[in-house]
Amino acid sequence: MALKVSGANPKKFHKSQLKFYIFLIPFAIFMMLPIVFIFNHAFKPLDELYAFPPRFFVYRPTFDNFVNLFQLANSSGIPLSRYVFNSLLVTFSIVFFAVVISTLAGYVLSKKNFKGKFVLFEINTAALMFVPIAVIIPRFLTVSVLGIEDTYFAHILPLLAMPVVLFLLKQFIDQIPDSLIEAAVIDGASDFKIYLKIILPLIKPAIATAAILAFQLAWNDLETSILFTTSENMRTLAFFMNTLVANTNVVVGQGMAAVASLIMFVPNLILFIILQSMVMNTMSHSGLK
Amino acid sequence: MPKVNNLGEAAVEIKKDPPKLQSILQKAKRVNKTPYLFLLPYMLLFLTFIIIPILMAIYLSFTNFNTIERPDFIGFLNYINLLTQDEIFMQYVLPNTVLFALIVGPGGYILAFLLAWCLAQLTKGPRTILALIFYSPSMTSGVAMAVVWTIIFSGNQAGYANSILMRLGFITEPLIFLQDTRFILLIMIVVALWSSMGVGFLAMLAGVLNVDETLYEAGAIDGIKNRFQELIYITIPSMKPQMLFGAVMAIVNTFATGMIGVQLTGSNPTPNYAGQLIVNHIEDYGFIRFEMGYAAALSVVLLLIIFVFARISKKLFSES
Repeated sequence: MALKVSGANPKKFHKSQLKFYIFLIPFAIFMMLPIVFIFNHAFKPLDELYAFPPRFFVYRPTFDNFVNLFQLANSSGIPLSRYVFNSLLVTFSIVFFAVVISTLAGYVLSKKNFKGKFVLFEINTAALMFVPIAVIIPRFLTVSVLGIEDTYFAHILPLLAMPVVLFLLKQFIDQIPDSLIEAAVIDGASDFKIYLKIILPLIKPAIATAAILAFQLAWNDLETSILFTTSENMRTLAFFMNTLVANTNVVVGQGMAAVASLIMFVPNLILFIILQSMVMNTMSHSGLK
Repeated sequence: MPKVNNLGEAAVEIKKDPPKLQSILQKAKRVNKTPYLFLLPYMLLFLTFIIIPILMAIYLSFTNFNTIERPDFIGFLNYINLLTQDEIFMQYVLPNTVLFALIVGPGGYILAFLLAWCLAQLTKGPRTILALIFYSPSMTSGVAMAVVWTIIFSGNQAGYANSILMRLGFITEPLIFLQDTRFILLIMIVVALWSSMGVGFLAMLAGVLNVDETLYEAGAIDGIKNRFQELIYITIPSMKPQMLFGAVMAIVNTFATGMIGVQLTGSNPTPNYAGQLIVNHIEDYGFIRFEMGYAAALSVVLLLIIFVFARISKKLFSES
């Protein structure tokens, strides 16, 4: 490697990288400010929320806003724990089942030969463009025809098939050498055994990515709560937090809304920090031809 | 190596090892059904909640449907009304959508690529931290973060944007940003761009990092002089698949964040339709006026717009 031409993925810091920092840091500050702001705002005591001129940073952090939020939720008849329970149940079911059905489908689409395989994958690729809110009305009708409104199924089933997740998993499974599977076939392994013992252990990074994408989608989803449920105690945390956000005119409400955003945001952030190297590994196979 | 089906593979095995003939043939036959079995759960849900709703939208777009009576067939009337009668669509919704989509779509995409490319020029530690910062706004899909922006742009003098502008002397009276028709679309675009560094951005970052280094060396020998030439002649051509994936994600993101106007202003329709995008128009007709047939026609138009955008990206980045 005598010729050093490209600076991509450098090992050490060099003065020539400074210009990139100068370009990137203003953007980073712009992207980060609202998030830093939420963290500060959530811990502000009442007088600092009222402060004029408004202050960006918190001076005397308190948990008042958290306490207020819990009290408000309890006084509205449905305890916050109910929304939290709903959200956790729905989110974990979606993550688990989405990973199971997508890995199963990804395995056969990548490694098996059967009629209609390419057509199916092409349709799924086209569905990458699918925007659920574009067909919000037929989805609503489908749910009511199936008779699953106002049940946990209405939260879970509509979100399980995620074209992006299947796409990323299939692309990742393509990297596994065929010889590995052929060897297992000769040893008499069944398809399910190959899936369980060979495919799943080898695609951990892609599974992590699938899980994180499914988590983000499910945890933040409002569509199912707004449209597919009618009773208040079937709704999720995202929905409850969103109704709070709608009442941000009152200054006290601002503090609680900031807490709400924080509660919605932090789980996503922690998951991504833990899994980020696996996500980057998967993304390098994300190419679309 | 040529592709072979299961029976073909079995035949090869049989030549190598004749005594296994029976068991392998049996297996090959049984195996042929399992692909469909494995696909079944995904495909069933995919059909029910993605394909059928799209087909239903197309069917309903040719009907008059108020959710109570049966839909009755009216041909192209919804589409004709859309083009000739719907003044709000032509005057506000369509121009807003086009402007929003052009800036947030290609604009956000180019920004995502530039940021990804610059990040790739840094060492691993700072790169990871900066990538996390860029990606984090998209984690909450923008909507949950609407609260931050409503506080920042709140309409009294205690609002952060107003306070800063007044202290700097640009304005003397606080502006009611989120109800002011002059600012709504602009603020929506800023928020959408802020939250647009999602999966596509990560894919492009991975793409830049994975370009074969020997290509750069070969390029240097062939007379590539600077980073810009390197970018145009080597980096982009060798990461076309990621570029296309990023483009598709950018398109989807653009239309999926369309609800943000309603989130920020707190009402549908947005004040004076200033932030009304096609997705809000669909919701307005579907769930406020209960004209489901017309709303379905709008959905079909939206799907067509997305499809056309995606076709264009495919033309730009397809290999060969």
